[in-house]
Amino acid sequence: MTTSFIRRQARAARQRTDIDIDHQTRQVTSITCKVGLVNIIVCVKQIPDPAAPRSLDASHNLNRSGKLILDEADTYGVEMALQLVDAAGTGEVTVVSMGSAHDVAGLRNALAMGAARAVIVSDDALRSTDALGTAKVLAAVIKRESPDLVLAATESSDGYTGTTPVQIAELLGLPSITFAKSVTIDATTVKVDRQTESGYDEVTAPLPALITVTAGVVEPRYASFKGIMAAKSKPLEVLSVADLALGDATGPAGARQEITDVVAAESRAAGEKYVDEGDGAERIVDFLESIKVL
Amino acid sequence: MALSNIWIVCEPSNGSFTSTSLELLTQARDLSATQSAITWGGDAALAAVAGNYGATTLYDVGDLGGALPGVPIASAIAALVASVGAPEAIFIPTSYDGRDIAGRLSVRLDRPVLTNVTGLVDVGGLVSEHPVFGGTQTVRARFTNEGPGIFVIRAKSFASEASGGAAASISASPSGDVGSTGTAAVVATHVEDRNGPKLEEADVVVSGGRGLGEADKYALIEEAATLLNGAAGASRAIVDAGWVPYSHQVGQTGKTVKPTVYIACGISGATQHMVGMKGSKNIVAINKDPDAPIFRIADFGVVGDVHKVLPNLIEALKSRK
Repeated sequence: MTTSFIRRQARAARQRTDIDIDHQTRQVTSITCKVGLVNIIVCVKQIPDPAAPRSLDASHNLNRSGKLILDEADTYGVEMALQLVDAAGTGEVTVVSMGSAHDVAGLRNALAMGAARAVIVSDDALRSTDALGTAKVLAAVIKRESPDLVLAATESSDGYTGTTPVQIAELLGLPSITFAKSVTIDATTVKVDRQTESGYDEVTAPLPALITVTAGVVEPRYASFKGIMAAKSKPLEVLSVADLALGDATGPAGARQEITDVVAAESRAAGEKYVDEGDGAERIVDFLESIKVL
Repeated sequence: MALSNIWIVCEPSNGSFTSTSLELLTQARDLSATQSAITWGGDAALAAVAGNYGATTLYDVGDLGGALPGVPIASAIAALVASVGAPEAIFIPTSYDGRDIAGRLSVRLDRPVLTNVTGLVDVGGLVSEHPVFGGTQTVRARFTNEGPGIFVIRAKSFASEASGGAAASISASPSGDVGSTGTAAVVATHVEDRNGPKLEEADVVVSGGRGLGEADKYALIEEAATLLNGAAGASRAIVDAGWVPYSHQVGQTGKTVKPTVYIACGISGATQHMVGMKGSKNIVAINKDPDAPIFRIADFGVVGDVHKVLPNLIEALKSRK
């Protein structure tokens, strides 16, 4: 293989085409659209460590000034995307996010797992942006990428609004299938097993489409040492609102809802605590009898 | 009553509406002068149910032809708003399809949404309540400009009670333009066998967590639940670990349950879990860690090894049969 051949192949892959070459004459015999090449966007969120104490600031925003990690709920989408690209043979996973970029360890984690690139929109003007505003920002970024497939978690672990992915799909004019427990794709179609109250539905949609991935349906890989080292030099682009030309859709001006106050919820008092001496089960039976369940 | 009209998205289920839909119809009656229900595949039976819970009109979007409800229902509601004018509020159940409808509708009306609502108060405008930090605090929120408020409301937030009203009049809803978005189609439906009551409707819920140690031990949870005519629940930790399907998950990102008794086995009581079960009438906890947060809300706690206490409990329950 000559250097020029390798270069041609690399260029061909970038252009989403496949080239057949006659090795005798070194002439190109055909150029076909490479169905295997799939570009997947995964929407992710960096959140304060759920294990650390959480608080609201004076304007009722979640305090996000500390360490940020990749939301565990998002690791399933990243894993799913990497598996789909593996299955397709070629392609690329890009993670897209919005929020403070003072700490990008969460995005680096996604890159270490195997994503090729990360894009985060970070801007003070985005504070207090609601779910619809967030969807507008992410949709604007995704539009620039022209992906075949967009994946997201069903909801974030901190805000858990749970509507942002579908709002993105509507803004981009894409079909969506939420609560996926398995996802397969071919050149034109995505096929999803979607959770329902009573089991699951098989649902199909033409590509491009947006899918939300239910937590726990794949086993997120741990980043290898090699992956962690490689992630340090992978592209991580930080965008501002001005880069996206969104008008007043975001921030306090765009948020058309407000928190009026935060109050302590009705609390439950602790009852009896019994240290098991072998008769713990009998004590539970007694308790169930006392409340007439038995 | 400050509000004049609320629309309620009512999800059809076995010839009636889902229990959450009925809860929303009931609550809307307390908040507004008139209520209209919106459903699909509507018929006289559903019109009777809607009327029996206080709605005067049932807007029917018709047969969805296998499409997921999100796009066609949201576009129909947007078309209704354009043709008959917007209500002051639109109530949507927190469910797989409810959230799809809410997200799509939010963009179509260019209105934000308030989700995970567990309370609604009329203070000259609706204020919604949302549990945060594991339900230890309640955030109150409202919409700040004109237009219908889209509220996505969690199950079991309100009681459901029939009003005994006459059947609602059925009105065919205009169908909106779904464009390229409405192309997701259900090609097959699989119903998984379930023994006993639904998780959200069970009087007794037995739930397992990480303390079970391994996936196989979840069978003990199911066995205890069956013996108590209850349902088996799970913490997020073991759902995320792939031990049990998401449909078993109780908590912030799962289901809200309010059974007569909730028995938490090997669950430490992460805030994420507590928000989904702290409304239970009674809480029993088994955990080896005496300082586990679950004991702070348990009416009866056993500090002990779940691998001993739970099999003993199963034997005790069997011997009573």
